[in-house]
Amino acid sequence: MTRTVVIGIGNPLRGDDAAGVVAAEHLRPRVPEGVEVVSCSEEPSRLMEAWEGADRVLLVDTVASGAAAGTLHRFDAGEEAVPARTFRSSTHAIGIADTIELARALGRLPRRVRVYGIEAGSFETGSSLTPAVESAVAFLVKDVLADLEEERCTSAR
Amino acid sequence: MAKRTIVTDYLARVEGEGAMTVQLDGDRVEHVELRIFEPPRFFEAFLRGRSFREAPDITARICGICPVAYQTSAINAMESLCGVEVPEPIRMLRRLLYCGEWIESHALHVYMLHAPDFLGYESAIELARDAPAAVERGLALKRTGNDLMTLVGGREIHPINVRVGGFYRVPTKPELRELVESLERAREAALDTVRWTAGFEFPERIVDCDLVALEQPDEYAIERGRIRSSAGLDLAPSEYDEHFEELHVERSNALQSQLRGGGTYLCGPLARYSLGSAELSPLAREAAAEVGLGDECRDPFRSIVVRSVELVHACDESLRLIEAYEPPDHPAVQVDPVAGTGYGVSEAPRGLLYHRYRLDADGTILDAKIVPPTSQNQLAIEDDLRDVVARNSRLEDDVLRRLCEQTIRNYDPCISCATHFLDLQVERK
Repeated sequence: MTRTVVIGIGNPLRGDDAAGVVAAEHLRPRVPEGVEVVSCSEEPSRLMEAWEGADRVLLVDTVASGAAAGTLHRFDAGEEAVPARTFRSSTHAIGIADTIELARALGRLPRRVRVYGIEAGSFETGSSLTPAVESAVAFLVKDVLADLEEERCTSAR
Repeated sequence: MAKRTIVTDYLARVEGEGAMTVQLDGDRVEHVELRIFEPPRFFEAFLRGRSFREAPDITARICGICPVAYQTSAINAMESLCGVEVPEPIRMLRRLLYCGEWIESHALHVYMLHAPDFLGYESAIELARDAPAAVERGLALKRTGNDLMTLVGGREIHPINVRVGGFYRVPTKPELRELVESLERAREAALDTVRWTAGFEFPERIVDCDLVALEQPDEYAIERGRIRSSAGLDLAPSEYDEHFEELHVERSNALQSQLRGGGTYLCGPLARYSLGSAELSPLAREAAAEVGLGDECRDPFRSIVVRSVELVHACDESLRLIEAYEPPDHPAVQVDPVAGTGYGVSEAPRGLLYHRYRLDADGTILDAKIVPPTSQNQLAIEDDLRDVVARNSRLEDDVLRRLCEQTIRNYDPCISCATHFLDLQVERK
């Protein structure tokens, strides 16, 4: 049986940066049996540990690419590099794009990696999700569930 | 000779946003400047009107790599003003937390930011393809530092468990003991790091400016100490402003420090090592001796080896602190505010971090001054860069640019702390 992990990334205290973590909370009770859902910081070895041994990983993170707040992005990073300009690394840490490429170089990247990005509106400290991002999270949750469900049907066949 | 202009818009593998310009007329260096254009962050102004108890949590936000340094210098300032000396177990826990930050920050810089320069890679990702075992070792080291910060500080970035007077909650002995195994592995990894980095090729460089670091009898100063310099200064934190000054230069959103009346100085690993190598743990000293480092090191390129030796020390010291740990009776001691001015210093991974606060009688902060290590090192970095360019002006533009970038990265500048980032321009006339 293939192991699937969903990882929500973000900082709950920084406005829309919490979107990945909030999405993980919504997904946890609704994912098909056997799928793990975790919330995680960007720390590279922690992320690699979270997806260790998985065949498939779905990552949800906030992005700042300049698109309208709430815009959803989706990339398959199992074979192609993540667009670093969309998932920009912070100046103080190794960001998710770098971690994926680092893991690929180290042979520690699951075979299938899908990255969902939610375009953030505000990173204001202490504020909750902006309305555009909140509704985007609801759409994204459906999207992720559909992806997981499709997979299950495919593998059941 | 043809006049040339070389521009790098964005210097990678440094913390924050900045730029550098080198102007050459033929082989002559006309001008070198390190510009810091990350927007000003106004932390000192945010602090005005806040309670003295909030300073550690507010200033921790200045940096995601060295929050503990900010917290510690802030706490030192408040506690010394208020006449409080914390019990030994609390001080030891602070030192342990600080060692976690050193391990995390040094592992990140040595493996992810700096080593690619010596091995001819653009990034740690390229390095990882050819030397996966080395990069895995670096990631594991960094992780150990993060784990230590999570346990003692409550969170790996911007710890939340630190307060004026001590901690909110202190770890139990069994909790700390759980880290022993990974710290022992980290110590071995750090020893391998010393041997690995010492095998890199180093151009011969010596910087002759004053070196400034903290000194504390019988220990490698980290979380406390007096300010010492290679020229013989020996100062209490409260005397800092009498001997060092900050200048505003138009090109930079960071203030630049100098010795009062003029004079460049350097703080950070080279300064700490050169002034205090005798206080390193026996294992760290052995590791340094094994690779021929000597009692002092003024070679900025070899700062990567010095950081690696400090990694050994930080792991060793963490194990010693855990072994000796007895939980304090209370996680914190009471601190009542006192009107006046408080001064605090500590050794951030990049060097001396100075804080000064003026409080009124109810503990409201009236004004604050924070001098991060990168501000203090800016002039020394520019001096070194000028000299490196002068000696290597005949190199082709691309080669020279790489050398300049490496020269800057030798100092592990944290431009966010100093405000405060780096793109690189070499202009040739």
